[in-house]
Amino acid sequence: MSPVPARRDAVTELTARERATAVLDEGTFRELIDPFDLLTSPHLPLQGITAQSDDGAVVARGHIDGVPAVVLAIDGDFQGGGIGEINGAKIAGALELALVDAEAGRPIRPVLMLETGGIRLQEANLGLLAVAEIHAAIAALRRHVPVVGVITGKIGCYGGLGIAAGLCSDLIMTTEGRLALNGPEVVEQEAGVAELDASDRAAVWRYSGGRQRVDTGLADVLVADDTAVLRDAVQAVFRRGTKPDASCRSAQVELFAARLAAIDPDGVLDPAALPGLWSSVGSPGEERSA
Amino acid sequence: METLEFTYSAAGQATRRARVGVVASGDLEILAVPRADDRATVRVTTSVDGFAAVWRDVLDGFFAGAALAVDVVIHDAGATPGTVALRLAQLKESATA
Repeated sequence: MSPVPARRDAVTELTARERATAVLDEGTFRELIDPFDLLTSPHLPLQGITAQSDDGAVVARGHIDGVPAVVLAIDGDFQGGGIGEINGAKIAGALELALVDAEAGRPIRPVLMLETGGIRLQEANLGLLAVAEIHAAIAALRRHVPVVGVITGKIGCYGGLGIAAGLCSDLIMTTEGRLALNGPEVVEQEAGVAELDASDRAAVWRYSGGRQRVDTGLADVLVADDTAVLRDAVQAVFRRGTKPDASCRSAQVELFAARLAAIDPDGVLDPAALPGLWSSVGSPGEERSA
Repeated sequence: METLEFTYSAAGQATRRARVGVVASGDLEILAVPRADDRATVRVTTSVDGFAAVWRDVLDGFFAGAALAVDVVIHDAGATPGTVALRLAQLKESATA
């Protein structure tokens, strides 16, 4: 974990727009399809829900360490950061344009700031389609350039975007951030309160919090909740350069299958024991630590 | 869902576009774009029906004190009149800073 500076400027307190500004070089933030374009969801009003001017996604261009960058920041305060047709298309379209740049040899640094419960259920089919496009774009893009995922909290990252986080070549989290496929309430509802008490915050963070995800190799860098520390961590990934695709997490199917096989499903699962157990089954890509 | 429209005469000049708030339960988002003439328009989209008179009261009060020539778009998710007034005050600060 990076050292905590004396005066902290918390990332978790920022809006999506402020978060995107925070990871870009000072004064370089420029928004595409901004709120004043009023590109809103056509599906929410039909279901009695007010739309938001940016549909909960910020597409920002600017520079990271002097190199052109695109930052996609999800607004977790609107509809829990759920991905629908419009905000999904904004993110997928930006990633696809970044891929065009990368394939043409033009420098581009993509960052996803993920605060989302996953698909927006009011427009689920179109949201799923967009998330599939986001997945495909990340998988293609990371062959050319690091694709950096950032999960700072307070919402966390779940569902189809949890998978997107897993596809990123590099994942940065704070201790406040959470990452999982199913959120705690869903786990409790499906598996029972004996499996997980969703109201037990400590238990939720023990299995899905940033520290556990980094300790078990499902995320790469744990940072303090501070904008300067986060900006440095993002820059450090891009300075290191592109990872071999085979060392990205989602390419290491055999390793993670072996790790799952090492867990005894009849026993009591102890989150604290998992890092030790899994490290004895090999470690993900040698370039994991940053 | 209900959409309400209001117009005001307004001499004061906004210096820039502004956006405040968020569409979340009990809150609202407000955008303002400066106009070149001496009018103001407000378009409210709200998830709560039947409060046109309350919206008029709150907006009348705002434009009586802050005569800003702006086009305003409001996306409301059930904010109380007090919250709306605070967001409008925040909007004026942002649009005239």
